Amino acid sequence: MKFSIMVNEGPYTHQASDSAYHFTEAALRAGHQIVRVFFYHDGVNNGTRLSVPPQDDRNVCDRWSQLAQQHQLELILCVAAAQRRGMLDADEAKRAGKDSNNIAPGFEISGLGQLIDAGIQADRTIVFGD
Amino acid sequence: MSVLHIVNKSPYDRNSLETCLRLAAAGSAILLIEDGVYAARKPSSAADTLQQALDNHPLYALQADLQARGLATDSLIDGIQLVDYDGFVKLTTEYDKTQSWL
Amino acid sequence: MATKKFLYINRKPPHGSIYALESLEVVLIGAAFEQAVTLAFIDDGVYQLLQNQDSSAIGTKNFAPTYRALGDYDVNRIYVERESLELRGLVKEDLMPLTWEDEDDDWAEKDSIHVVGSAELAEIIEQQDVILNF
Repeated sequence: MKFSIMVNEGPYTHQASDSAYHFTEAALRAGHQIVRVFFYHDGVNNGTRLSVPPQDDRNVCDRWSQLAQQHQLELILCVAAAQRRGMLDADEAKRAGKDSNNIAPGFEISGLGQLIDAGIQADRTIVFGD
Repeated sequence: MSVLHIVNKSPYDRNSLETCLRLAAAGSAILLIEDGVYAARKPSSAADTLQQALDNHPLYALQADLQARGLATDSLIDGIQLVDYDGFVKLTTEYDKTQSWL
Repeated sequence: MATKKFLYINRKPPHGSIYALESLEVVLIGAAFEQAVTLAFIDDGVYQLLQNQDSSAIGTKNFAPTYRALGDYDVNRIYVERESLELRGLVKEDLMPLTWEDEDDDWAEKDSIHVVGSAELAEIIEQQDVILNF
């Protein structure tokens, strides 16, 4: 079956990203396909590569990147939500005249249309948030 | 089948469960995750409400979230079914769609 | 492309957090995909449609007028739960009048907002393919 996952909260403050991660992992384990994981609202903060959690804690952001690498997952940060919150890839940073970018490997910035498209393509859409 | 309703908030903090029960058609299922699992602990007012809901809705709770919160299996309302993340995924395939009461 | 029934459920009030505004952004983008779109306003979400909102003094984006444009995007199935209104002492007239023009009926202006009881709304939820929550 094809799944679309939506993550509406950032890492660490809420459990949403953890729950979404465990769900996605379990879905992949069961042989399902993940059409896309779409990060919205503060959820875009999951895509930073600058997070430095203590060593005895999980690394929420890296974990998504690794899962993406292992399974060719599409991790999409909503561009409008990301720009508001200072999440910029190299192109966006250049366009906005900013001195750096912060998107982790495996994440891409794209439009809200990707969320709707995922809902159309997938057999199931699951939302994780606060 | 119908809708899998997902509730992730404590019934003592938000009205998510209350609204879910008001808007869940008979035959739809309810899955408690995250802070939503506190509703399943008996004796409590939320447990009484859920016990009644069991007449119309299969009720599930995510084992990992119960365990994290120190809620023992024998402290939960009768008739609730526990699932792990694999079971969570399976439920989403068995029901046509999910509605998360965020 | 297959047509699916999308339901956007709004349960949060409009100014204390960004969920209402960003939900509206999804709805407007989603309208371009020519799917069957339905909106539901439940619990504090009904406050999003209240008349006379003016956020100028708190310095945030005044997005309430955008709801009035939904009809132009063919978003005209807007359900408000009666129980949520009643609990808050609100009636339909407290909400912004949202309308759309029906091209199959000589462009007659019609009401987009339908106040429905929880039992009817429960059925509407059952009929959807994709449900997004804000």
